[in-house]
Order: sequence, then C-alpha cells, then structure tokens
Amino acid sequence: MPSASTPDTVLDEASVIAVRDVTRSYRVGERAEGVHALRGVSFDVRPGEFVAIVGPSGSGKSTLLNLLGALDRPTTGTVHIDGSDVAGLSDTRLARLRNLQIGFVFQQFHLLARTSALDNVALPLIYAGVGRRARAEQARAALEAVGLGHRVDHHPTELSGGEQQRVAIARAVVTDPRILLADEPTGNLDTATGNDVMGLLERLNAERGAALVVITHDMEVAARAPRQIRLRDGRVERERRESPA
Amino acid sequence: MSFRESVRVALTAIRANRLRSGLTVLGVVIGVMSVVLLVAVGSGARAVVTAGVEDLGSNLLLVAPGTFEFGQAPTRSQFTLGDVEDLSRQLGERARVAGSIASGERVRSDTGAAFTSVIGVTADFTDVVNRPIARGEFLNESDIATARRVAVLGASAADGLFGGIDPIARQITVGGLRYRVIGTVEPLGSALGVDRDSQVYIPLTAAQRLFGIRTIDTLFVRGADRADLDGVAETVEQVLGERFGSDEFSILSQDEILGVAGRILDTLTLVLAAIAGISLLVGGIGVSNIMLVSVSERTREIGLRKALGARTPEITRQFLVEAIVLCGIGGLLGAATGIGLSYVADRFTPVPAQVTGWSVALAFGVSVAVGVIFGVFPARRAGRLDPVTALRRE
Ligand SMILES: Nc1ncnc2c1ncn2[C@@H]1O[C@H](COP(=O)(O)OP(=O)(O)O)[C@@H](O)[C@H]1O
Ligand SMILES: [Mg+2]
Repeated sequence: MPSASTPDTVLDEASVIAVRDVTRSYRVGERAEGVHALRGVSFDVRPGEFVAIVGPSGSGKSTLLNLLGALDRPTTGTVHIDGSDVAGLSDTRLARLRNLQIGFVFQQFHLLARTSALDNVALPLIYAGVGRRARAEQARAALEAVGLGHRVDHHPTELSGGEQQRVAIARAVVTDPRILLADEPTGNLDTATGNDVMGLLERLNAERGAALVVITHDMEVAARAPRQIRLRDGRVERERRESPA
Repeated sequence: MSFRESVRVALTAIRANRLRSGLTVLGVVIGVMSVVLLVAVGSGARAVVTAGVEDLGSNLLLVAPGTFEFGQAPTRSQFTLGDVEDLSRQLGERARVAGSIASGERVRSDTGAAFTSVIGVTADFTDVVNRPIARGEFLNESDIATARRVAVLGASAADGLFGGIDPIARQITVGGLRYRVIGTVEPLGSALGVDRDSQVYIPLTAAQRLFGIRTIDTLFVRGADRADLDGVAETVEQVLGERFGSDEFSILSQDEILGVAGRILDTLTLVLAAIAGISLLVGGIGVSNIMLVSVSERTREIGLRKALGARTPEITRQFLVEAIVLCGIGGLLGAATGIGLSYVADRFTPVPAQVTGWSVALAFGVSVAVGVIFGVFPARRAGRLDPVTALRRE
C-alpha cells in the first residue's frame, strides 16, 4: 500500500497541500508551556482528492484546517499550499491565496445577515477585483450550481439551514479554487440535509477537480471519503485509504 | 478593491445595520444642526442690530460718556443742558443737537398703567432722532425752559394707557406727578432690541427733576450735510474738549456703532459656534464609540471577510469609509435640519436667524473630518483582527 504521508517524503510537486512536521502551540495566559494543539503532523493532499479528517473534540482538527486554509502559520514545520511555503508569504499574498485558491465552508455557515444570497456569494469576488456585472453573473451561476437559482434575492433568515449551507458552498466555489476546506459542514444540519450537503460537496469535488478536505467527527460522513486521517492529541493516529477503484 | 468599491461595501454594511447606523448618525446630525442653527441666530442678531443702527440715519453722531470700548465699564455722564446749548450755538446751521436721559418708570392714566421707559428730551429730539408726530405736537423750547409737565406718548404707550380713546389733553401720572399729554408719535417698531413705541417723552428738565439728576446721558448731533459730518464731529470734540478730558466722552458715527456692535456680535456668534462645535465633537466621540462596538459585534464578519481574501488595508478602509459616509450623511441631514429650524425660528418666533453659507460648509466639512479622525482608531483595530480568533468568536 503506497503511503504519501511519511515524514521523510520529499515535497511532492503534484500536491496542492503538503504538510511537514507541523506543530502549533497557543500561548495561554502567563503559562510558558502553552497548549500544544498540533504536535508534529505530516501529510499531502493531491489535486482533486477527497480527504476526511476525523478525531475527537480538541484533537486539533480545526487548528489543522486553519493552517491548510492559510489563515494561520505553523509554530514549527512547513505548510505548502499550491507550491508556496505559507511561512514565507506576506499577509497580502496569503490573502490572495485564500481568495483565489481556497474555498471555506464553516459549521456555522457564516453568511452576512441582511444581505442577499447573491451578495453573500459575490463577496470573495469583490476582493478578487471582479467588476459588479461579472460578480453578479458568476455568483448567480454558482448559486445555480448548488441548486439555489431560485433563491438569489433571499436573505439568510429566509432560508433553511440546508439552503444556507448551500449558499456558503456556492460562495466557497465562486472563485473556482483548487482547494475546498469544510469544518464540520454538516454539524448544524439534520442527517438527511447533511447527506444532501455532503452529496453536493462530493459532486463539486468531482466536477470541478478541487481537492476537498472535510473535518468531521461524524463517522458516517467520514466514511464517504476515500481517505481518512484520524487525529488524536495533535498527532496523526491512523490513516486509512481505500484502494483506488 | 477600488475606492468606489469600498464606498459600495460600506453603504451595503450601513444599510445592513440600519438601526446602529441611525444612532451613530444622530450625534453628528445634532452637532451639525446646532452649529448651523446657532450661527444663524448669531448672524440674525447681527442683521437686526445693523438694521437698527442704519435706522438712526447716516448723518447722526452719538456722543456718549466714557471711551465706549468693549469690556470697559460704562462711565457716569457729566454732560449738561448747557453743553447741548453750547454745541447748538457753535454748530449753527451745520447741525442740530438733542440730548436725552431715560429711566424705567411706572406710568398711569385713568384707564391704564404700565412700567415703561420715560425719556427726558430736548425740543429738537423729534427731528434729530426722528420721532414723527402722529397727533398733536412735540415738546417745544418753552416746555424745556420751564420744565412744564407735558408728555408725548409712543404709539403703543398711548394704546396701553388709553385704549382706543384719544389721549390728547388727558392726564398721565409719572412718579406721583401729573403730566398733560400733548402729542403721540407714529408707530416706529423696535430697534436694537428697544421697543421705541412704548416710550413716553417728557421735557428734559422735568425728567432731571423727576430722576433727581442734573446731567444728560447721551447727546445726539444730526449733521445737515453728509460731507461735513467729520467737520461737525471735530467741532463737537473741540467744544466738549474744553470741558472734559478726552477719555470722558466719545463721539460715535453710525459706522463706529456698527463696528462696536459688530465686534460684540461676532464674538457672540463665535462663542455660539464653539459651543455647537463641542456638541459636534461629542457626536464624533459617539461615532468612534459606536464604530468600536460595531467592530466588536462584527468581529465574525471581519474574520469571514479575511478568510474570503480581504486584506488588512481593505478591512481598515471599509470601516473608515463607513465612518466617513455615516458622518457625511449625518452632516447633510444636520445641515438640512439646521437650515429648516433656522427658517422656522426666523419665521415663527421672535428669534432672528439668518443661515450663513460658511457655517453650513464648515459644519459639513468638520463632520466629515470627524468621521476620518474618529473612524481611524476603530478601523485600524478592525483591520488588525486575526481571522482565526475572529471566526472563533461566538
Ligand atoms: N486560539 C486558541 N487559543 C488557545 N487554545 C486553543 C486555540 N485554538 C484551539 N486551542 C486548543 O487547541 C486544542 C485543539 O483545538 P481544535 O483545533 O479546535 O480542536 P478540534 O477542532 O479538533 O476540536 C484544544 O485544546 C483547544 O482548546
Ligand atoms: Mg473544531
């Protein structure tokens, strides 16, 4: 069984994400020790791959996802995203990377209140410098791709939980990123709606070829992914990969 | 992101947070409104004073005791009737001279009573200070010489004391003594805050006896020829200079009175503007406060925007533009209400108000500046927020 995730592996040119010996500690109050959320994690994500990251609460999943999303820098070790070492990028370059190459989906949806679905989806395009007309067109197309073409003018409060998460997913894919990161995307949804949302993410993963990394502690959700990375106490406890079909 | 885009994002955010935006704007609205309104009241007062002084006529010189400077305590007058007569003789055809003393007195008739201004005047007063006679006649030289107990009533004084009845030849009582009414004055309105129609005129000599003094408060000199007014003033100075020190009297022309009154009123206007400016400053601090609350309440929004690719300066700019746009809207609304209220005050209350362009421009400019100054701190704080921490916030 081929393993792409031993710490000794040289950087794989074909990876969209390469994580090497990453630790992340948080300073908490006066304690010199701090909290070690990650204690040495290494793995790669290939283009178009679908990976589930599982593990008990507090095992470091969200911390890891923030690093994969270029929202945060590791304490030690390196994170390469799309070929660039995150530690060496300026804040502006990191913002640009997040804007164009990464799409986030959050457990709490994080939609702007009192703002239409269309404007919510168009938000990343503003920071990408896309003009108003083109923004509306692309946002509408993204909403249609998630099956919400009939809800463009609705505000978040007028949408069901499942619909809100679909809007968030449309927003994540509107810039056509290479990486989709989802932190407990089904955590606030009932099972049936959660399944729909996962189905949508898988379809976008397959159709658009964006790598999909889903954090979950729901084993049923995790089981949908061909590859699972299990974290415990800030380390990779186990990795399981279905043999390619 | 372009500047236009920043404004659009800011406007969207302002609309999405309507209530908070409204409250933020309110402080600025009140500040700008006060500036515009109070400066309008100051300017209105100035206009009224100017009109009042111009009403005196351009050929008039006022001779007052003391140096008549702003901040100087008024000096007791030493002028006497002899000075009026001397000046009259020296000036001859070139000018006419009158004198007056005034005091608030209780005036009664058979049908009414009023506390009003009783003025002792010389015979020329009617022409020199322009008191056209409506009925009967004015006081004459012999009335002055003999301190005869006769009186001339202003239009509203006549009305108040006698109602519709013709007051000529009727009696009034001033300070316990009876006076016979011999004339009434045309309605004149008020000038310099003085209701000229409520005045009661009696011979200067009778008034001196009534008030228990031998002096005259003010001398009035009306030149016959505008071109000779400086010459007349010189003669007055010479004649009085023989009797009084140069700091014991001053001669004021219409322009000089306007200058003194204008300086006082300009100071008043500035003080009003400064008070209003403070309220604008308080409005600005309010903006800063609410922007800080807004940044804190919208922490997750900021985290989200950063996760979606917003750079630090773009977030800072969004909040700064929000503050400026809010203050700009507040400035416009404040200027509009200030102008509206000034109009209402001028039209429907006794308070004169005249909106000045500079106060509107200044207040609006200051409100936008307030947006910049008080928006910077919260905006920078917003820009510096760490996206991970911001997104974790409940
Ligand atoms: N910003 C932070 N400051 C301090 N401690 C943190 C912070 N973020 C996470 N942690 C700690 O790091 C550990 C891992 O957290 P997290 O990555 O959120 O785990 P998970 O998502 O698997 O539940 C936890 O002990 C958590 O309390
Ligand atoms: Mg988590």
